[in-house]
Amino acid sequence: MDDRVIIRFDHVTKQYDHDLPVLDDVSFEIERGKFYTLLGPSGCGKTTILRLIAGFIEPTKGDIYFHEKRINNVPANKRQVNTVFQDYALFPHLNVFENVAFGLRIKKMPKADIERKVKEALRFVNLEGYEQRAIHEMSGGQRQRVAIARAIVNEPDVLLLDEPLSALDLKLRTEMQYELRELQRRLGITFIFVTHDQEEALAMSDEIFVLNKGKIEQRGTPKDIYDEPVNRFVADFIGESNIISGTMIDDFVVEFANQQFTCVDHGFAKNERVDIVIRPEDLELTTIEHGKLHVRVDSVLFRGVHYELCCYDAYGNEWLVHSTKKAEIGDEIGLHFEPEAIHVMKQSGGE
Amino acid sequence: MRRYAYAIPYWLWIGLFVIAPIILIVYYSFFDIEGHFSLVNYETFFTPVYLRMTFNSFWYAFLITAISLVIAYPTAYLLTKTKHKQLWLLLIILPTWVNLLLKAYAFLGLFGTYGAVNVLLETIGIGTKQLLFTDFSFVFVSVYIFIPFMILPIFNALEKLNPSLIDAARDLGASEWTTFRRVIFPLTLDGVKAGCQAVFIPSLSLFMLTRLIAGNRVITLGTAVEQHFLVTQNWGMGATIAVFLMIAMAGIMILTGNKKWGVRQ
Repeated sequence: MDDRVIIRFDHVTKQYDHDLPVLDDVSFEIERGKFYTLLGPSGCGKTTILRLIAGFIEPTKGDIYFHEKRINNVPANKRQVNTVFQDYALFPHLNVFENVAFGLRIKKMPKADIERKVKEALRFVNLEGYEQRAIHEMSGGQRQRVAIARAIVNEPDVLLLDEPLSALDLKLRTEMQYELRELQRRLGITFIFVTHDQEEALAMSDEIFVLNKGKIEQRGTPKDIYDEPVNRFVADFIGESNIISGTMIDDFVVEFANQQFTCVDHGFAKNERVDIVIRPEDLELTTIEHGKLHVRVDSVLFRGVHYELCCYDAYGNEWLVHSTKKAEIGDEIGLHFEPEAIHVMKQSGGE
Repeated sequence: MRRYAYAIPYWLWIGLFVIAPIILIVYYSFFDIEGHFSLVNYETFFTPVYLRMTFNSFWYAFLITAISLVIAYPTAYLLTKTKHKQLWLLLIILPTWVNLLLKAYAFLGLFGTYGAVNVLLETIGIGTKQLLFTDFSFVFVSVYIFIPFMILPIFNALEKLNPSLIDAARDLGASEWTTFRRVIFPLTLDGVKAGCQAVFIPSLSLFMLTRLIAGNRVITLGTAVEQHFLVTQNWGMGATIAVFLMIAMAGIMILTGNKKWGVRQ
């Protein structure tokens, strides 16, 4: 087995009582030194995966391996992973220093070493000089950093982060995204980050797992997932997109909106029903004669860097367009796009 | 001004039933049995008879509190884990609605020579035992009576505890015992203190149980106060003992005063 693999899930299912499984027969492996993101709507099973790795819960079926050793029944305190909790879970009766030192004290590390390591960890998260502060004297962003310092001071092989940015305001969140990414590079350990925010996932990750209803819908680099979503759910969840049904006439020929278009996709059955994705930024405003699609502008929103136009074609399909050019409501315009902009996906059953 | 008007019933109540009685007690404590002003009662209090009684009161109150705590903490912990919390909690609170004397009489029946407990001991071959009028029965019944007051505040403190703190401790390598010692117990200490207050202070001045259950084998300060007021008619001495009891209680209140951990998210 590949020795870069740290964690391996082998057909893991987690089920509470007789409810539907929260995690349904999931298999994957996590490699050393990468930034992973588990992305999905609430209830998709992403936090369950994190809790299974941390050891707070045990799988109902299947096995979890850590460095190729089965760890299903290893309790949380005996695992070389540490967690940054959603609500930070800092100990309110201990000050910043003691919070960070908690794990080291349990390991019975010599006092001088604890002092040095805690200082180092706090410097790492830019909190030097805050050692004696009480937790309730710290702001949300500072607590966040204490929580990170408390985890990384133990030098875990894997750091688990459970939606750690969700309680912060937008500006701080963006800052922390950079900081976390930078931290992961500097530490060189594996981060597993849970979020329901697709922008966060795209900005930070080496690899994203998109989860839905206890299953992994797609895993891949942010670019893979954004450019080549495997189905309607992933396309819809990752960024704004135009998703419409179509038919694959033949290799490299697809029909939608009552027209045939050249595309780069192939390998589908002839006349297979498919879902088509075209990202709003891949649609270009042009005249009716030059456009591949003929649409009517229904609404226009100014979004700062671009205009967001909502248009309808003659068949009632909605087309979202991001354009630096402006159009007026009611204008009849053409939309142009390249063959590469068309992403053809297999239709997912009943979604 | 209207706002102050609402406080009038409260101040009247406090004045009539808290402050005035305290002043009266302190006042009476300076009169000897003949009705002359003197400090003789305070001198008497520091004689071996009364010091022994004081020691006894504290010792039994301590025993009752300690035993209650040892039973109540795990019970409260278990309670937070059960499915029908409210039902179990109700069952624990229920006995506190029954009058204390009724419960004491019930134990007279249970622990009596021909009581249910002795019948049981007889059938399993241990034989009849003298249960009533012993230190054991006194402490046992007192613990029974006070334990709900220990369980409730501890239960509340445990319920308020953020469960992710326990996960965090385990995540950082703490065993179950270490998690309890370093996180759960320190964070529920306020509940423990409140429970100890609610048990220790009333136990200090218990008197009916000492007679009914302990058969006056245990003489506490509470018993002494009752005897002086009702039997020997030495109100001055009774009041003096009451003064010391109040000082002790105030001291305990200050000692176990709540320290706030600050706002938790």
